[in-house]
Amino acid sequence: MTEAGWVRIGLRAITWVILGFLYLPLVIIVINAFNESAFMEWPPTGFSLRWFEQAITNSTIVQAFVTSIVVALGAVAIALVLGTLAAMAVQRYAFFGRTSISFLLVLPIALPGVITGIALSSTFQTIGIEFGILTIITGHATFCIVLAYNNVIARLRRLPRTPEEASADLGADTWITFRRITMPGMRTALLSGALLAFALSFDEVIVTVFVAGAGTETIPLFVLASMQRPTALPVVNVVAFVLILISVIPVYIAQRISGAEAAGARI
Amino acid sequence: MTIDASALVAPPPAGRARRLAAWLHARPRLQLWLLLALPLFWLVVVYLGSLLILLLNAFWTSDSFTGKVNPFDWSLAAFEQILGNEVYRTIALRTVGMALLVTVTDALLAFPIAYYMARIASPRTRAILVVAVLLPLWASYLVKIFAWRTVFLGNGFIAWLLAPFGVQGPGTDEIANSWIVFSYLWLPYMILPIFAGLERVPGSLLEASADLGAKAGTTFRRVVLPIVFPALVAGSIFTFSLTLGDYIVPSLVSDAKFIGNVIYDNSALGNFPVAAAYSLVPIAIMLVYLLIARRLGAFDSL
Amino acid sequence: MSACNQSGGGDMLQELGDGEGELNLVIWAGYAENGSNYPEFDWVTPFEDETGCIVNAQEMADSATGVQMIRSGEFDGGSFSGNATDRLMAAGDVAPVNVDLIPNYANIFDDLKLQPHNSLDGVPYGVPHGRGPNLLAWNTDEVDPQTTQNGLWEDAGNYEGQFSLYDSPDFIADASLHIMASDDDMGITNPYQLTQEQFDAAIALLEEQASHNPQYWDGATFGDQITQFAAGDITIGTTWQYQVNSLVAEGAPIEAVKPAEGATGWSDTWMIASQAAHPNCMYMWMDWMAGPLANGQATIYFGEAATSQEACDYAETFADGAYAGHCDQTHATDTAYWDDIWYWSTAREDCADDDDATTCVDYDAWVEAWTTLRGE
Repeated sequence: MTEAGWVRIGLRAITWVILGFLYLPLVIIVINAFNESAFMEWPPTGFSLRWFEQAITNSTIVQAFVTSIVVALGAVAIALVLGTLAAMAVQRYAFFGRTSISFLLVLPIALPGVITGIALSSTFQTIGIEFGILTIITGHATFCIVLAYNNVIARLRRLPRTPEEASADLGADTWITFRRITMPGMRTALLSGALLAFALSFDEVIVTVFVAGAGTETIPLFVLASMQRPTALPVVNVVAFVLILISVIPVYIAQRISGAEAAGARI
Repeated sequence: MTIDASALVAPPPAGRARRLAAWLHARPRLQLWLLLALPLFWLVVVYLGSLLILLLNAFWTSDSFTGKVNPFDWSLAAFEQILGNEVYRTIALRTVGMALLVTVTDALLAFPIAYYMARIASPRTRAILVVAVLLPLWASYLVKIFAWRTVFLGNGFIAWLLAPFGVQGPGTDEIANSWIVFSYLWLPYMILPIFAGLERVPGSLLEASADLGAKAGTTFRRVVLPIVFPALVAGSIFTFSLTLGDYIVPSLVSDAKFIGNVIYDNSALGNFPVAAAYSLVPIAIMLVYLLIARRLGAFDSL
Repeated sequence: MSACNQSGGGDMLQELGDGEGELNLVIWAGYAENGSNYPEFDWVTPFEDETGCIVNAQEMADSATGVQMIRSGEFDGGSFSGNATDRLMAAGDVAPVNVDLIPNYANIFDDLKLQPHNSLDGVPYGVPHGRGPNLLAWNTDEVDPQTTQNGLWEDAGNYEGQFSLYDSPDFIADASLHIMASDDDMGITNPYQLTQEQFDAAIALLEEQASHNPQYWDGATFGDQITQFAAGDITIGTTWQYQVNSLVAEGAPIEAVKPAEGATGWSDTWMIASQAAHPNCMYMWMDWMAGPLANGQATIYFGEAATSQEACDYAETFADGAYAGHCDQTHATDTAYWDDIWYWSTAREDCADDDDATTCVDYDAWVEAWTTLRGE
């Protein structure tokens, strides 16, 4: 290491401060989950499990959770397929408009969600497509594609072509080569992309508001709707608390997977 | 050395899949089209198509009373309204200004921690830190904003913390709150690409720089920064665009109106053409931003 | 069967069939409770058990959003205020209601039936749900008791940064109402239908008010207003009974009143969408909501006036009499109380009157003026 001692100490201190900043709201969320006050008053007026009770007995929360998972899985699946196809096309072939593809792919995530939401929503209405889980999946997949694409193309750039060429030399056709040589090499990239896309879809609210329609509620939609259930609002802290606990698992997995190779998940 | 003939595997009989593969192999163009067909259909037809229809609405009128759009009733009325009223310009400038401020803030905050993670932390600490940085992304965006409200309220966290000094919380209507919350929300999106970029800087370069007599500051400025810059720009795409279009944060922790609010309000209140016309503002801004970012190499560092 | 006029769009249902098993509603928050918030407030589950129509209810942030939601074709109907009903009826988004198929309709108070906001050419377009004024609320620890709206206008300076207003172009009517009550020269007769001069005066008043740094709330985020009142960030403001009830239930020192000069308000109606996918279920719902159990519980829960004597009687004994006096408190049977309450309605270029000579400022201008006011 070439950095001076004071640099290292200073940076470590700053890191701690920034971590504190990152976790301050999470700490508040956890504390508010046990806050007796119906208005999330600070400091907490008392310790209470009433919100946990409410959360457990509230069937809409469980429903929303299931819906969110289904939507996220669907969006991830589509994003992985489309992202991989696009990545392979861009990385392996030279063609006119090649550089535009990555531009096109990043647009759904770079343009404001409200615009994507309104655009998709009015299109669905005009065509007469019924709003529901499929329309939400469509909306989410659109901005998740780029996440899969980035991870896969970064990996493809680093994958040596020689094993594939050797495979072809040995008589394997395209499908076999893809399935047994290329795919395993991409597997962790796919997983990284999938995890990030899953997180994004699970937490997405702005586009979802426009493409969900009646009767379909994801967790973010439930949280948003809770703003209109005034004294039931604190329940969302319980939901978030549980999500934070659960999400340690996939985040940890993501890190383990990409730990061996360079760099964590690519946004 | 003798070769065991039985170890040589004969090629499998030419089944249909194999013949298809062979046929395709001779047609790289077709392979390319097959690969691109689905993604392009999705993005061009579904996504761009929807955007186009939205933008067409900007050239139509809507009935003031019923709030219904009159399709194909061509008019520039929506644009006239936006250009004729100064408030739309004010709001756009405010939003862009906030987006830039948040981007710079996040870059300044992200760099130290990303540098520490990439170059100073032990591999185990690094792994833990990556998890630590990613985890907040999984906490609900909305609930995090609610938590910040608890912080900002007059009798909230800040007031409690600074009670000895008799300081009240800023309340939930200060535009500075938006700055803090935006910077908070998108910080991991800036940390990760910079971290990835810094990891790619070869240690030998830094040592060489030091050997040649450069001090830490100079090495940083002239060796590290240029290499990491594309990654920084990549991260900035997120901090900038996410701030540019957001309407939830401003409405929950401040009272100011941003671009997203105008679009959302107008579409909800039935003045769709104005919402569509105003959408052109962030679209144009982002297109320019993305073009610049691509020029700066950000797309290779995403 | 009464003669049905189809001028508003959509066909009136002639015969009630079996329930379709599903019902999609646009609602104001709190209008379709299924016990998940408070176990005792549940008028959805008994409905679902009895009719087999499973209810999916989605809240709207404000009336105009509700209009867009119904227009999407995704919903069978919803509860709408006057500034949505008039647009929906005019645009043909809702169908006239065959009240013969709604037994409980007969019991509804007469002064709620066949009103301008829920009927067209003498044909009913919906079933009244409840009504209420936009109240003035204040923190009794910080603020003296109020009787007029002056605290938000002339005296707004006393509450710099601590007063709360409804964030919607509809609030312009509150300004014109204040002018109407205090300045005869302006000649305002209807706070929603304003000449350019009257409109400009209202905007000027709002700008003056805005200089004192108000805070804002709306139907999507009124949880905001509640936390702000509870935290002391705001000490006075316009509000709905719903927020007041929530605060008082948790022990906050809040009191509210209908100002002496009158107030804007709302009268909500259940309407059926023209292209409703589940019309039978919607009719069953409308009948159910006009019945004593649903109307009693719903109006208690939200804090609005019930629509029938039967609902009032139910409210007296509901939850062991915990809410006795509900109808008196909300003035459900006091017709005089509603005389100076101006229900939300939409500004129209033709002033919504029969006089062709008059032109008023239309709603688009209201929207733009509000955007300008809030955008600064």
